[in-house]
Amino acid sequence: MQDTVKLHFDVSGNDFTCAGEASGKIKRTLKQLGFDISLVRNVAIAVYEAEINMVIHADGGVIDVDIDSDCITVVLKDRGPGIPDIELAMKEGYSTAPENVRMLGFGAGMGLPNIKKYTDEMNIDTVIGVGTTITLKVYNK
Amino acid sequence: MKVKELVEILDGSVIFGEDYLDRDVFKACGSDMMSDVLAFVKEQAVLLTGLVNPQVVRTAEMMDIQCIVFVRGKNPDISIINLAEDREIPLISTNLEMFTSCGRLYEHGLRGGSGV
Repeated sequence: MQDTVKLHFDVSGNDFTCAGEASGKIKRTLKQLGFDISLVRNVAIAVYEAEINMVIHADGGVIDVDIDSDCITVVLKDRGPGIPDIELAMKEGYSTAPENVRMLGFGAGMGLPNIKKYTDEMNIDTVIGVGTTITLKVYNK
Repeated sequence: MKVKELVEILDGSVIFGEDYLDRDVFKACGSDMMSDVLAFVKEQAVLLTGLVNPQVVRTAEMMDIQCIVFVRGKNPDISIINLAEDREIPLISTNLEMFTSCGRLYEHGLRGGSGV
């Protein structure tokens, strides 16, 4: 793979049933490009959790993916309310998701911890009332 | 364990995926909480759940889960079935409840991610 493959997705905020559509496409693209199955899965799980977060908390956003042979970089940008306390949000089991989201199988407070677990680097840039940008990197070792 | 054996053990019915019944499953997880499913990778696992929505299929897709079992007689709607067809993930339904379903599969040698 010589050149960087770039992907862009607009994530709708009002349709929970479609959440995960972008993650699925990213996963299938990485698979087609011949990346190792566990790397593909790690990226897919992390982006899926982040995409779900985007739909639940921020009314959607955009996802940009840069695929290089040695590193996958995913930037998820939303214009949501921001995260007041990142340290608290990183705690397993802590969640601010509403009850209707829990009924759908999410909101267990595992989103951010899971994202961190499956990526090599995770950077959260958040401003209250402006939005959150999460940058994820997974290296192809 | 093959998917078709699993169907027999659970007295289940195949909602979709007659073509995938010869797939092997080596591990199992049972949960209605998809974030908990996403927390632990298991190779070639079956997912048992009482939750019925498209995110079950999407979670299975991300995790490379080989088969989904809906417990307590729950049946997915057509949008969920279509998604599973597209992602090539067989769907099984059983009238057994979660505890009994897991117990039967455990009894037949299937284990969780940690091997116990």
